[in-house]
Amino acid sequence: MTTTSAAVHSYRAEFERLDEALFRHQPEEIRSLRLKAMESFQALGWPHKRMEDWRHTSLTALAATEFSAPPASGTVDPDLLAWTSPADQPRAVIAAGRYAAEWSSLGHLPEGVEVHSLAAALADFPLQVLPYLGQQARFDAQALVALNTALFRDGILVRVAPGVVARQTIHLLYVTPPEAAQAATYPRTLVLAGESSEVTIVEHYVGTAAGPTFTNAVTEIVADAGALVDHLRLVREPSDTYHLSTVQTVQAADSRLGLHAFIFGGGLVRNEVNATLNGAGAEVVMNGLYLAKGRQHVDNHTRIDHVAPNCSSMENYKGILDGRAHGVFNGRIVVHSGAQKTSAAQVNKNLMLSDRALINTNPQLEIYADDVKCTHGSTVGQVDEDAMFYFLSRGIDRKLARMLLIQGFADEIIAGVKDEAFRSQLQGLATQWLSTANRAS
Amino acid sequence: MLEIKNLHVGVPGTSILKGINLELQAGELHVIMGPNGSGKSTLAQVLAGRDTYQVSAGEVRYKGQDLLSMSPELRAREGVFLSFQYPVVIPGVNNTFFLQAALNAKRKHQGDEELDAVDFLALVKKRMRQVELDEKFLSRPVNEGFSGGEKKRNEILQMLTLEPDLAILDETDSGLDIDALKIVAAGINRFRSPERAILLITHYQRILNYLEPDRVHVLMDGRFVMSGGMELARELEEKGYGWLQAPTSNGAPAPAA
Repeated sequence: MTTTSAAVHSYRAEFERLDEALFRHQPEEIRSLRLKAMESFQALGWPHKRMEDWRHTSLTALAATEFSAPPASGTVDPDLLAWTSPADQPRAVIAAGRYAAEWSSLGHLPEGVEVHSLAAALADFPLQVLPYLGQQARFDAQALVALNTALFRDGILVRVAPGVVARQTIHLLYVTPPEAAQAATYPRTLVLAGESSEVTIVEHYVGTAAGPTFTNAVTEIVADAGALVDHLRLVREPSDTYHLSTVQTVQAADSRLGLHAFIFGGGLVRNEVNATLNGAGAEVVMNGLYLAKGRQHVDNHTRIDHVAPNCSSMENYKGILDGRAHGVFNGRIVVHSGAQKTSAAQVNKNLMLSDRALINTNPQLEIYADDVKCTHGSTVGQVDEDAMFYFLSRGIDRKLARMLLIQGFADEIIAGVKDEAFRSQLQGLATQWLSTANRAS
Repeated sequence: MLEIKNLHVGVPGTSILKGINLELQAGELHVIMGPNGSGKSTLAQVLAGRDTYQVSAGEVRYKGQDLLSMSPELRAREGVFLSFQYPVVIPGVNNTFFLQAALNAKRKHQGDEELDAVDFLALVKKRMRQVELDEKFLSRPVNEGFSGGEKKRNEILQMLTLEPDLAILDETDSGLDIDALKIVAAGINRFRSPERAILLITHYQRILNYLEPDRVHVLMDGRFVMSGGMELARELEEKGYGWLQAPTSNGAPAPAA
């Protein structure tokens, strides 16, 4: 038996264990979803480098690592909680993959805005959840989605009623607490935004456990007609962490979605974001900023499916790579035959701070409609010498100039965040990252 | 103020400036005119310290110091300013912050106290009114979303704020409509003083109608081929550069027709 198939086998064993203890007591529809997903994972196996979508990212080490089962709960640093969300904003904490009521603060939710433990929602009103859960993210085709769907213990359900505007940002904090050393967790998030509703959600992933740890997260977002959803995802895991995530969104007519990814940490990160524009006039803004140094590996895979006509997508991913970091950007845009009058723009820019860092950037446009406007472009470069000379000629020293230029490069993406408090936190994190990365010259 | 002696500059494989001599006193405004490719911008960039060019011979003294041995940031702090022909757009770096950092770098170098945000803002707003630049440009990234004319006025704003002793203006007048040209010229006149010197590089005589240059030099193929007063600029406007001959291969200026 090869390492990889042995690893698949051990996840099946974990599934059997949980099934015995837990899953067989859950509603039959959920258990059958999990069974189908587990079978799919076994059939698909671990992704490997001979697959086009995994050409630059190897999961061999991950597959060979034995992870422990996470504890039932864990300790969350109060400073982290204070940092995560301003006192007046709602916060839900998921520690080691389980909703932690004691660290959460959901007293401020306005009428029509619900934040639930996903496990509790599945126990209390499964028929309202099952039509959506597992119906957007493709567990039949993607091994990691299948693994999460089979093994998730808990997560968060956010539901916003039609016409309701949630003015306060909802903060979802996913912590790997110290008690979860060498653990694998499978947090699951489902966002249901009703017709013409508005909501901003932050998903924040932080690791505080001894590694290696493995986070396999899946988020599904369903935006009904005219809904306005801003989804901000921040990954700040330590460098001995595997963080593999998939965000899958589905949009109805005239809905507008902002999908922002900030990958500021993690040893091996796979940031997969897939948007499907199913209703005419829908719009998606897909932004990303990845900062990597040391031997970090950050793989961004995005896919936008233009299914309906008159939709637009604007994608801008930027990376700053230092040390021996390896970045990947693969941006696929598929314009289906019915999607006339599509407007799609994709940009990927990379700033290399070290000559040992590596980036693979690859746009993939597949267009099956004839009346569309699609553009794409990617750049890889160092700090711009013309801009540097402009600073120097004004008396500003090279070190500060370099810092400001790199910060300015990152800020274009951060500036797209509307929530002011979160935006300034991101700026602080980026500055902190740069002050340790940018020691050269 | 500025003394250039037998300056030779090039890039690998090509020589661009082939023996420039120039003396510029405090209080003076000299104009350098010449056709495209004659080396005007190279001279401006070399004086500001751009390292993509190589100086193969000659020397430049600024206030008695060896200018070419100074780093570009030191030159700026010592009072040399270059108004760029193509001001650079710097995404994500705030225009106000940029100018404040520049001014404070100079003040610190001179042993003056650095200006805080409040004092700086009061100063820069006053200067903005002088170049008729809207205050909305304060919060924009450097030169981002500026029209061509606004970029040039932003350069003049920087000059008026940084108060250099030697200003090198590289085609600051090109691409401006008549109103913007008058604003830029007014900024230059406001800047002029007995303590300051200006080297103005231009393609056209137009802006000289609003300024009073002390001397006009014609640069062709890397050498000054003629120097004179305002009447030379008018003659060039009328006849173009064709009547002037490029210098002979031994470097001697060709006689005027």
